[in-house]
Amino acid sequence: MPPTTSKKTWAKNTLAMQLAIVTLLSAAPSADEQHISVYSPAAIYTVPVLERAGGAYVGLLELLEPLGRVSSQTDGRHWTLWYNSVEADFAAGKLRAKIRRHDFDFTAPFLIENSRGLVPLNSLSVLLPRFLGTTINFRESARRLFVGDVGIQTSFRLDASNPPRLLLNFSAPVNPSISTEPGKLRLVFKRDPVVSPGSQSITFDNQIITHASYSENNGNAELDVAATQPLTASLSDDKKTITISAIMVAAVQPTPAAPSGVGTGPQNPMQAAPARNTAPAVHRVLAVIDPAHGGEERGAALTGTLAEKDVTLGFARLLRHELEIRGFAVTLLRDADTSSTLDQRAAAANVTRAGIYITLHATSLGGGARVYTALLPVQGTSNGLFRPWNAAQSPALPVSRMVSAAIVAEMQKKDFPVRASSASLRPLNNVLMPAVAVELAPGGDGIADLTSANYQQRAASAIADAVVSVRDHLEVQP
Amino acid sequence: MIPRHLLIGVAALLVLVVAMGIYLRQMRRRAEEIERLATDSLPVLPPALGPTETVTLYVADDDAGALRARSAQIPLPGGRQQRAEELLRALLRIYQQPGAAHPLAPASDIRSIYLVAPGAAVIDLNAAFADQHQSGILSEQLTVNSLVETLAINVPGIQRVNILIEGKTRDTLAGHADLSDSFDVTMIEQASSQ
Repeated sequence: MPPTTSKKTWAKNTLAMQLAIVTLLSAAPSADEQHISVYSPAAIYTVPVLERAGGAYVGLLELLEPLGRVSSQTDGRHWTLWYNSVEADFAAGKLRAKIRRHDFDFTAPFLIENSRGLVPLNSLSVLLPRFLGTTINFRESARRLFVGDVGIQTSFRLDASNPPRLLLNFSAPVNPSISTEPGKLRLVFKRDPVVSPGSQSITFDNQIITHASYSENNGNAELDVAATQPLTASLSDDKKTITISAIMVAAVQPTPAAPSGVGTGPQNPMQAAPARNTAPAVHRVLAVIDPAHGGEERGAALTGTLAEKDVTLGFARLLRHELEIRGFAVTLLRDADTSSTLDQRAAAANVTRAGIYITLHATSLGGGARVYTALLPVQGTSNGLFRPWNAAQSPALPVSRMVSAAIVAEMQKKDFPVRASSASLRPLNNVLMPAVAVELAPGGDGIADLTSANYQQRAASAIADAVVSVRDHLEVQP
Repeated sequence: MIPRHLLIGVAALLVLVVAMGIYLRQMRRRAEEIERLATDSLPVLPPALGPTETVTLYVADDDAGALRARSAQIPLPGGRQQRAEELLRALLRIYQQPGAAHPLAPASDIRSIYLVAPGAAVIDLNAAFADQHQSGILSEQLTVNSLVETLAINVPGIQRVNILIEGKTRDTLAGHADLSDSFDVTMIEQASSQ
């Protein structure tokens, strides 16, 4: 290639890159991305909805791609699409197209953009059966498209025992996103073709779980359950049943004053013997605390000199003390600057057959704390003697989430900014018993909080109180 | 007088020469056609100067500890794989701006993305991406969630995503987020919405 041409090409590419960066930086944030959810026996997926010429459009190729063999060809203003054996011809800016050699009329002009054909959203109900040869149910306002008979039916049953439980039964497995807020538990079905249970709102004759409502919006279905007490949800029956029950938080013994060594920082472990053991002998639960990292594996560099491994060890010693004075037996997976592999940590925790596993981390990002449970699906416990190593935590997840919710509640009582989340984190995934990870982040005083005995003491006390509140759900050591 | 058998031999040779010529001509045409088709099917470069497309990027915010959906106009090629790579490179450019809410090292890059049927994608990151990534559960999980969700929302049909570093599996991204297994898109979406 001659040098002049090369220079031109280089200049073109540079200009293109600059244009791309400028357009990217000037993009306006979108709080709520618009899309439609497509549910079919072949695939469940979402397709973005585009605003064009004052109307809503979707890419026809993207819509059909997961459902069969699709190809397209652009010739000037004409766009031809092949879906399996169906051929369709479209023209940019025109209202009329030919599908299987028959005319089809759009309500708004067909568009071509980057060799992609865009069709008006409100034409899908009539357009798609021409390609798919099956019935479809498109709920345009809810942006949900059902191809064939794929809807999942829902039924409710309230068990008015104490505490009350609401059983949601589904005709097929579901995997909703579950979140809680004061007075409400929300199930959002993003990828499940859940359909309305008949009535949009159901009122229960119960003082704790009062009513449930169903709604659909932007490709999602949502079930909200209202209650006067905090709620927790667990999946069972191969994910066909969701049990929503009130969290009965046990009365927590008042935390005794910290021993004299507390003020000297996390590197000074609790010297005093357990002040008192308030639990009866038959309720002796073993807690395994895992201070993350150690040895040459330093974890995050919180400052130029402070390593995550040192903060986690000091914090673990404080938490051990707090749990011991509440009647728990406690094992630390490391009580010095030693290293173990993730598999060794999981194996060490599993052989103890403990009631709970808590791994401690620290970060310089964010504020307060984060409580994580494993990013795994919940599975039944009847899988025989063997469990997959990477998903050993799955059967214990409902209780793990209960522990997580309790820790969040207790930390909030102590004015800790805290959030619960899920993370793909080992050895959390490999632990058999209920397990959570707590990542301590700086408070109002910045990074100095991470080494503050007072700050760590409050966090450890909140975690210990939370573990006490769910003690009845943890397996007891013989 | 030329012997009869010699005439027949010469005639046969002439026929053979003509037939070979025709055959060679056909072979040459076929080779040209194959070459033309091969040229036509070469990967198309991104239409950098062509029309742009609106996409949704899930951008991590360390302070909020969450992803934020952001629409962006970027030029995208037509092929699914090239489209996926350009999408994630656009996402990386946001993280590499000064003052980014979730900074990544300037040398971080997407080596390649493989879309393997059915519904699985493999993101191959370069070594700098992992080696210079901030260590921490929140930071690492936000990066993973951002990559997976951006890919899944813009490339329909992806259900599972694997992340490799320099073409190889690695235990963790930077000491925390587990990369040894594939990520389920639904699970990631649920984690992000918490």
